[in-house]
Amino acid sequence: MEQKMKALRAQMEEKLSRVDSREKLASFWQEFLGKKGAIAEMMKSLGGLSKEERPAMGKLINDLKVQAEERYKDCSERMEQMEMAARNRKEQVDITLPAKKRSTGNLHPITIVKNEMINVFLGMGFEVFEGPEIEDDDHNFTRLNVAKDHPARDMQDTFYIAEDILLRTHTSPGQIRVMDMEKPPIKVLVPGRVFRSDSDATHSPMFHQMEGLVVDKGITLCDLQGMLDRFVQQIFDADVKTRLRPSYFPFTEPSVEVDVSCFECGGKGCSLCKHTGWIEVLGGGVVHQQVLRNCGIDPEVYSGFAFGIGIERIAMLKYGINNMGLLFENDLRFLKQFKD
Amino acid sequence: MKAPFSWLKEYVDIEISAQELEQKLFGCGFEVEELIDLGAQISNVVVGEVLSCEKVEGTHLFTCQVNCGPCGVKQIVTGAPNVHAGMHTPAALDHSTLPGGVEIKARPLHGIPSEGMLCSGEELGLNEDLYPGAEVNGLLELPAETVPGTDIREVVGLDDYIFDISVTANRPDCQSILGIAREVAAVLGREVKMPRTDYTCSEYKYPDLKVSVIDKDLCPRYLAHGVRNITPGESPRWMRRHLALCGLRSINNVVDITNYVMLEIGQPMHAFDLDTLQNTEIIVRRAHSGETIQTLDEKTFSLTGDQLVICDGNRPVALAGIMGGLNSEITGETRQLLFEAAKFARDSIRKTSRALGQSSDSSARFEKGISEYTTELGMARALHLIEELGCGEVTSSMFDETAGAPREGKRFTARISGINAILGIEVPKEEILRILRTLQFQVEENGDILEVIAPRYREDIEIGEPDLAEEVIREYGYDHVVPTFLKSASVTVGGRKPEQLRQDKVKRTMCAQGYSEVSTLAFYADSDLDDLHIAADAAERNVVRILNPITEKLSIMRPLLAPSMLKIVVENLKRFNSEGRIFELANVYAPGKEGALPLETLHLGLAAFGNDEDFFTLKGSLESLGEAFGLRFDVERAQDVPWLHPGIAAYLLCEGERIGVFGKLANEVTAELKLHKDSKTHHKIFLAEIDYARMMSHAAASFRYHPVSAYPAVVRDLALTVDEEKTCGEMMAEMARACKQVTDVELFDIYRGEQIGEGKKSMAFKLRFESDDHALQPEEVDKFVKKILGNLKFKLGAEIR
Repeated sequence: MEQKMKALRAQMEEKLSRVDSREKLASFWQEFLGKKGAIAEMMKSLGGLSKEERPAMGKLINDLKVQAEERYKDCSERMEQMEMAARNRKEQVDITLPAKKRSTGNLHPITIVKNEMINVFLGMGFEVFEGPEIEDDDHNFTRLNVAKDHPARDMQDTFYIAEDILLRTHTSPGQIRVMDMEKPPIKVLVPGRVFRSDSDATHSPMFHQMEGLVVDKGITLCDLQGMLDRFVQQIFDADVKTRLRPSYFPFTEPSVEVDVSCFECGGKGCSLCKHTGWIEVLGGGVVHQQVLRNCGIDPEVYSGFAFGIGIERIAMLKYGINNMGLLFENDLRFLKQFKD
Repeated sequence: MKAPFSWLKEYVDIEISAQELEQKLFGCGFEVEELIDLGAQISNVVVGEVLSCEKVEGTHLFTCQVNCGPCGVKQIVTGAPNVHAGMHTPAALDHSTLPGGVEIKARPLHGIPSEGMLCSGEELGLNEDLYPGAEVNGLLELPAETVPGTDIREVVGLDDYIFDISVTANRPDCQSILGIAREVAAVLGREVKMPRTDYTCSEYKYPDLKVSVIDKDLCPRYLAHGVRNITPGESPRWMRRHLALCGLRSINNVVDITNYVMLEIGQPMHAFDLDTLQNTEIIVRRAHSGETIQTLDEKTFSLTGDQLVICDGNRPVALAGIMGGLNSEITGETRQLLFEAAKFARDSIRKTSRALGQSSDSSARFEKGISEYTTELGMARALHLIEELGCGEVTSSMFDETAGAPREGKRFTARISGINAILGIEVPKEEILRILRTLQFQVEENGDILEVIAPRYREDIEIGEPDLAEEVIREYGYDHVVPTFLKSASVTVGGRKPEQLRQDKVKRTMCAQGYSEVSTLAFYADSDLDDLHIAADAAERNVVRILNPITEKLSIMRPLLAPSMLKIVVENLKRFNSEGRIFELANVYAPGKEGALPLETLHLGLAAFGNDEDFFTLKGSLESLGEAFGLRFDVERAQDVPWLHPGIAAYLLCEGERIGVFGKLANEVTAELKLHKDSKTHHKIFLAEIDYARMMSHAAASFRYHPVSAYPAVVRDLALTVDEEKTCGEMMAEMARACKQVTDVELFDIYRGEQIGEGKKSMAFKLRFESDDHALQPEEVDKFVKKILGNLKFKLGAEIR
């Protein structure tokens, strides 16, 4: 009997070592562990033994059974692992195949820059006002201290709709509209489209400006520079600073042109700043007393400053765009580059 | 404004370099756009003394020994016929440069070694006005006292600079050499040496000469002065040189005087030949409508009644402030003349100049504004020059027509503290006084109070303290401004308004769906509407027109975004960007009510193009946009939009109101696109035009959440057979209407085939049932389904399959 068991164990090991498929594993089960399998047959043959022999032998056979079952389980797990590995191999994809996606669209660079600029000023307590694009002469010129015969009317070639109706040449009429509605303290931005009748490599007949206006008690030229310093530092670079130089706008006095130290070369001189170390970015000044008076604000009590920024100009400087036309061509290969 | 350095030095002692002066002018508000170094292109050219000169046999050449002072004696071969021993002439040595990028090197001519080149005046860039003899055929003959070896630029006056200065619109007084000199003097803290303006009138007076100004509103000041016994001739060298440096050619002494005074004083002058004036009379008046004049440049203009002319007894003899008439021109034969110095209304000159397309140096100055001080000074200077040049007799016939403006500078009071309050810094009182006085303001001080009289030529000074603050800070220096951050301002809330935030969200929602924002011009042409087959009498044709467009292509304010969107699509297709999605949120325009501004309405334009797009992708984009704002849209077939396909277009409805239209670009429009023929049929272009404001009027201002049902939903599929013409929309609407527990209906299949029968289709829907207050039982749902089926059968003839 013992001989028989030994032979069976060897036979089992030999068989197991050859199992390489589910079928062979199943036949292993049938052959050894099935109801009519070798181990069950052996159990049955216990009856032919003496009472004394039976328990020991029974235990031996049972051990063999447990062993066989364990071996079967191990083998089955191995089988499963092999199968899973094979399936995984089969399902493998070329991960470099193109992605399936709907790419998101992009905001226009002018919007991105506009929002960025607005965000800087929102933190300083500004609100945003948007006035009409088609304006009357009164708001666009007269109340901004540009009289009918004023030579400054030539500074901005104007598109006319009727004798006294025109496409706004700047966002400054927004100043008038805000001061008509609100009394100081005023801190407002007026972004928007503006129109001038010139068109060449550096001019578009439509472009975007952002006006800023602060009116309160005790506002000075120093406050204008202080605020603009913070603005350019957030828009361009933490290290840049501004420089004021005299200029002329009919609605501010004193009027200034504002340069920013070149953020490309740090002021040493490069092609961006035309080797001057400075880049012209905007114009501004102390609000003309007549403009305040035109809006019913007493210049003896209040003063203010205003500034106007060309959004295209800032966008071009920020992104290194050297041709303004690109901003209005709307080539998707161009537009898709701008992320906000 | 062009100002020669040497000319400025005649009025101000300038001891700094041109480059230093450029910086000073920049600091006080006069940007030098270009500092032109007249001798920049000339190097290594010196005065040479021709010691000997031998003809080279068989050629036209001469071999010269030239004494070049410290540079030694050089052998130079020249072909100039006027070369002779003893002559002083420019010698360009080895490795020298001349204007026009010419480089001179030592090299043999006809085998004879030559160590440079002897030069003509023209080779140095000179003309007769800049240097006498510069235009003779041959070498430039220099005076015998010139020292050999001296840099030629010093000798011929090319060691000079021209400042090309940008003058702001508020400073017309600086449209002259004298005006710039005043600024230079102020910034250097020097005195201005005024040009001489004294003259003596003879006793002679023209007995019949009359001058009258009828339209004083357009001509507030008119000075005229008769000059006789003119001896025409050349102007002196200094005058010719000054004119030449500013780019003007010398004509003759009288004409040169008028040009000289314009450049020097800033007063445009005119001179009439008195013998040509009919009735020896000058009348300044508005033109009669249709009256004509031929100007000096022989152009003829027909005038309108608002244009100012100078007339003699019968006819216009000058277009006021712009150009003289050919009929009264000063010529070599002129023996007596009438000088005119006037102030004309600047907008009158501007409008006439624009209307006629005729402009001049004179009109440019009048448009910017001339002060009466300048008018007086200009006339006096011209008469002085007549005397100084000895070319005529200043008569006693003088006329001064005035509208009565005061003859003194503006007077006002200002406070030192007021000036400093504007600037935000404390400029010392002494500095303020010093600066204002160097700028020729008369200032009386009394503690904080200043009594100020502005110079008469400063017509831009109008309101006192801010004007003075500007004058002070531009001289004191903007670098004294100390940046402060709203030191005394109140705290304000700020922030974007809800509507502004909403527009931002619209843009972001579109971006999230793959649409890129574009920025297009607000104007286009009527033809852009034609291209969309919009009928001539369509409502959109009632547009806002620009009176003075740059081009016809940009002449109407757009009534629709669609043409702009389509243009961008076509441009992208041309560039082989074969698919894309774009949007723009921008105004469209329509005429307003009488006396009101035109209407501006915010529209949202969309375009989607490329193989993956169809009507439903665009519809989906719109629905997603709506969902972002809690809006539900319906559609209604749109067959009357000329630019959209009649079978693939829809009106977008919100709560029953039309808020826009979208669909496939009409085949007729596609066929005409300027795209490659073969490619056209493949292009799928979809457009949408949404009235943004109207759409948003349906968005709820505030929002409260709706409780989510705590009970499980039940889902049932239904396949229904209906007639082909019944729409999915009708079916879904009926299902929702039949049973309020239906919370969602989704179409998941459409089948057509033999089993269904001709003219029929089977539509399969997934219905979701929910209840707020209990778990739905299968029997309940069965009842709902039964009800829905009954309703569908009754309303739409639908049968369960």
